[in-house]
Amino acid sequence: MDEVSFDLRDVALRDVNAALHAPGLDGEFVITNPEGTHNVAVGVSTPVKITVKGHVGYYAAAMNQQAEIVIDGNAGTGVAENMMSGTVWVKGNASQSAGATAHGGLLVIEGNAAARCGISMKGADIVVGGGIGHMSAFMAQAGCLVVRGDAGEALGDSIYEARIYVRGNVASLGADCIAKPMEPEHHEELGRLLKAAGFGDDDTAAYSRYGSARDLYHFHVDNAASY
Amino acid sequence: MCGIIGLHLRNPDLYPRLGQLLTGMLCEMANRGSDSAGVAVYGDPSWSPPGRSTVSVLQIADPPTVAETTIAAELGAPVTVSMLGESLVVSADVPADELHAAVRGAYPQALIGGFGADVTVLKGVGHPRELADTWRLQGAQGWQGVGHTRMATESAVNAAGAHPYAVGPDQCLVHNGSFSNHATIRRELRAEGVHFDSENDTEVGARFVADQLAKGRDVETALKELCATFDGFYTLLVSNRDSFAVVRDAIACKPAVIAETDDWVAMASEYRALSGLPGVERAEIWEPEPEVVYAWTR
Repeated sequence: MDEVSFDLRDVALRDVNAALHAPGLDGEFVITNPEGTHNVAVGVSTPVKITVKGHVGYYAAAMNQQAEIVIDGNAGTGVAENMMSGTVWVKGNASQSAGATAHGGLLVIEGNAAARCGISMKGADIVVGGGIGHMSAFMAQAGCLVVRGDAGEALGDSIYEARIYVRGNVASLGADCIAKPMEPEHHEELGRLLKAAGFGDDDTAAYSRYGSARDLYHFHVDNAASY
Repeated sequence: MCGIIGLHLRNPDLYPRLGQLLTGMLCEMANRGSDSAGVAVYGDPSWSPPGRSTVSVLQIADPPTVAETTIAAELGAPVTVSMLGESLVVSADVPADELHAAVRGAYPQALIGGFGADVTVLKGVGHPRELADTWRLQGAQGWQGVGHTRMATESAVNAAGAHPYAVGPDQCLVHNGSFSNHATIRRELRAEGVHFDSENDTEVGARFVADQLAKGRDVETALKELCATFDGFYTLLVSNRDSFAVVRDAIACKPAVIAETDDWVAMASEYRALSGLPGVERAEIWEPEPEVVYAWTR
């Protein structure tokens, strides 16, 4: 099937998104000249392939289901936020709150991600080629966050059951986030995610795992008098 | 929400295009705030003639010809005036502080938008695009410009609440966010004799920075002191005739993007404001880290 191309200098974004929302859509699509526009390719729910050539603004590829979306540039705040399934692949860097609240699918950021990457993630997998900013994985509930570089302050603050793998330095851990041993199943999981993100040559032994100490969100009956 | 833009040109070939580039950046940020707007332009040869000082003034009831005579009489030297939108731009062949004092003496109730040897500050209430037209911003020239589109949260929508706050000579500050302890700091500064034009939180930040600079601190030290003193959310762009600096608060939830090429350094709330700059496709683009002061000098 032929590739369909939309130039955002000529076509209104709402028209492009409406075309991408057609029921039963398939095929490959290219979006050019996004020039930092918000909401590019949001809410796609069919297994199409979309390539966005250039830098996008806020919430690009948000709420994605099934689609494979490549952003050949940088992404603004909230790329792939609330993704349900499919793949969102950022060739450049991502701004804050990448993959926020995402329930499923894979988000790959080849460059760096800014603050609050994976905030409140609920089951998606996120692989970051570079580093991540402060308060990443804040209240992260499920899924994996893999970081090939360094992590900023307060990593995993108030984390629930998401798993974090970091190869570089962690500036500091947030409340109730602790380092945990790398068991065989973690090497397997990390290796699978790195391979999916094109970093299959990484040695999983170079990574550390972080997760919840499970002290914060459990009600302790011993403390009942204090509540 | 508010929008911030700034452009610090390194390549003199671009100086004639400063106003055109700033207009595009400002209008792109109009939907982050469209109740008021303002700009500070450094080095426009007609607005801030070389060798003279300039003061921009709002809320003068007198017609320009009368204002010219009144200010000249107060100064004891000739002045030239022109209207750019609602602002009366006054220049004279005297140091900026003398002209500033003369304007304040002649019109104690007027609002001084900014003053200095190189800067012209224009601001007011209205949509950024319409204001840019009234200022004829497209035709402005110079080496540096700063702009702001306001969505008011902390104080009234009027000219005194519009950014930039240009409260020291050739200084200018624009802000996206809100300071939460500004009332306390305003009270302390007032006790030291600092004058305020508004109840706006950003003005307190600008007066604080001006106070630090007047005490001999450099801009980097002044902004670190601001970080230590102010609570709240902020992305700030602080300029002077020879410097251009950006800082964000520790939480850094207010957006900021910096782009840099051999020809210019630019900053904006969002990338889309930078997308029309010449050579942006080759620029190094990044987000400033929290509580790190980024500064460039001329």
